Amino acid sequence: MRYSIFSLIGQTLKGHRGWQPTWRDAAPKPEYDVLIIGGGGHGLATAHYLASRFGINNVAVIEKGYIGSGNVGRNTTIIRSNYLLPGNTPFYELSMKLWQGLEQDVNYNAMVSQRGVLNLFHSDPQRDAYARRGNAMRLAGVDAELLDRERVRAMVPFLDYETSRFPIQGGLLQRRGGTARHDAVAWGYARAADSRGVDIVQNCEVTGVTIMNGRVSGVATTRGPIRAKKVALVVAGNSSRVAAMAGMRLPIESHVLQAFVSEGLKPLIDCVVTFGAGHLYISQSDKGGLVFGGDIDGYNSYAQRGNLPVIEDVMEAAMGLWPGLGRVRLLRHWGGIMDMSMDGSPIIDHTPVQGLYLNAGWCYGGFKATPASGFCFAHLIAKDEPHPVAAAYRLDRFATGRVIDEKGAGAQPNLH
Amino acid sequence: MRIPCPHCGARDVQEFTYLGDAGLQRPDGLAATEAAMFDYVYLRDNLRGLHEELWYHGAGCHAWLAVRRHTLTHAIESAVPAKSRWTGAAA
Repeated sequence: MRYSIFSLIGQTLKGHRGWQPTWRDAAPKPEYDVLIIGGGGHGLATAHYLASRFGINNVAVIEKGYIGSGNVGRNTTIIRSNYLLPGNTPFYELSMKLWQGLEQDVNYNAMVSQRGVLNLFHSDPQRDAYARRGNAMRLAGVDAELLDRERVRAMVPFLDYETSRFPIQGGLLQRRGGTARHDAVAWGYARAADSRGVDIVQNCEVTGVTIMNGRVSGVATTRGPIRAKKVALVVAGNSSRVAAMAGMRLPIESHVLQAFVSEGLKPLIDCVVTFGAGHLYISQSDKGGLVFGGDIDGYNSYAQRGNLPVIEDVMEAAMGLWPGLGRVRLLRHWGGIMDMSMDGSPIIDHTPVQGLYLNAGWCYGGFKATPASGFCFAHLIAKDEPHPVAAAYRLDRFATGRVIDEKGAGAQPNLH
Repeated sequence: MRIPCPHCGARDVQEFTYLGDAGLQRPDGLAATEAAMFDYVYLRDNLRGLHEELWYHGAGCHAWLAVRRHTLTHAIESAVPAKSRWTGAAA
């Protein structure tokens, strides 16, 4: 069923009793051309682009939980392409362009809202760094505007501009950035892939990877063995565990990142604002809750919950930026497990095992990358060569010294 | 999360700085192959389960600790001076 104004009117007249399930809850078949391990945003996007752009339809996505239970439903929904380094900028810009056409492409309302992403700066050196980043973005064809304090104040008048420990001097604005409804992104990709024949198999955990003569031939799962010509590993948070089943050690540590939502409020803030003097990003969902987050907790963790010190730290940063938040109550918070890579950048590449492909290491920036990650991973799987904009995301870049370290933190994953 | 520091007693995690996997052994910089150095700097087991890791008690005794902590439950099994891990002696 295609969603349109006419199907909506038709269903309204029939009391909304005729809607069909958004996708089939498929049982696994014995064999597929491509088996995607991981039914998160990136895995579902990979399936969608494999089927729609590369004509590969005999595909299954297997997910150990249910669709939307992992990081695709645990982020702060921000989309942007304000990256500095040449390895990153064209990739994230492709992602932004795919976001702009996503809803028409998958025929699903993902509530993509280009409300602008404003990065605040608080000192002269930080202004220079942001000017450099903005210039790099513009050279790569990405929109960026450097705003002075008065122009920032016109956009978000209620922040603390003068009396705070870190007075706001201005900001770097990407107007095309914004937010998208994260669950709808997962559901939209799932539905689009399913409509082209992709099997989405939930509650199916991989327990082993079968390799014969250096080539992958399938996987063992909790719902029986599945053979496949190609296996795509896209299980951020658990990449090291699944890769270990294929005999690999990865340049990745798993860390927990927390996010927060306040009680519902009337419209207060109509863009995404990031605090430059600490680590805080805040926006308001269409439901009215303020959605915000900060640093990862900083130690290896597979628990999808964090600890109080980081909650306190994020609240302090929020108060430092926007004192008016002091009376707002926190409604809920949650944690997700991040693939923290050794240079803060992702991996989309072949592995030493033939027919096994790896998509991992998104740190805490995976949501915005969902469309391009899926597209470039599908390109790699279908054509056996990397997409040009993702060619730098190689698994061997750590050994060859071609790391892409936006933050310059080195091989210390909890600092990226 | 509170870490049972062997010198100071159970202290809040905010007093500590995390480094990472305590099981890594730095190869001899002069003798090591490039591949061994790459392994040491970049590759991790990233265990889900009991993980031995290094924490620095910066707001306490200034000692490096080797902490055995479960990465799924955050339960801490033991914390000993990191020095004793290699020398076998009490620090």
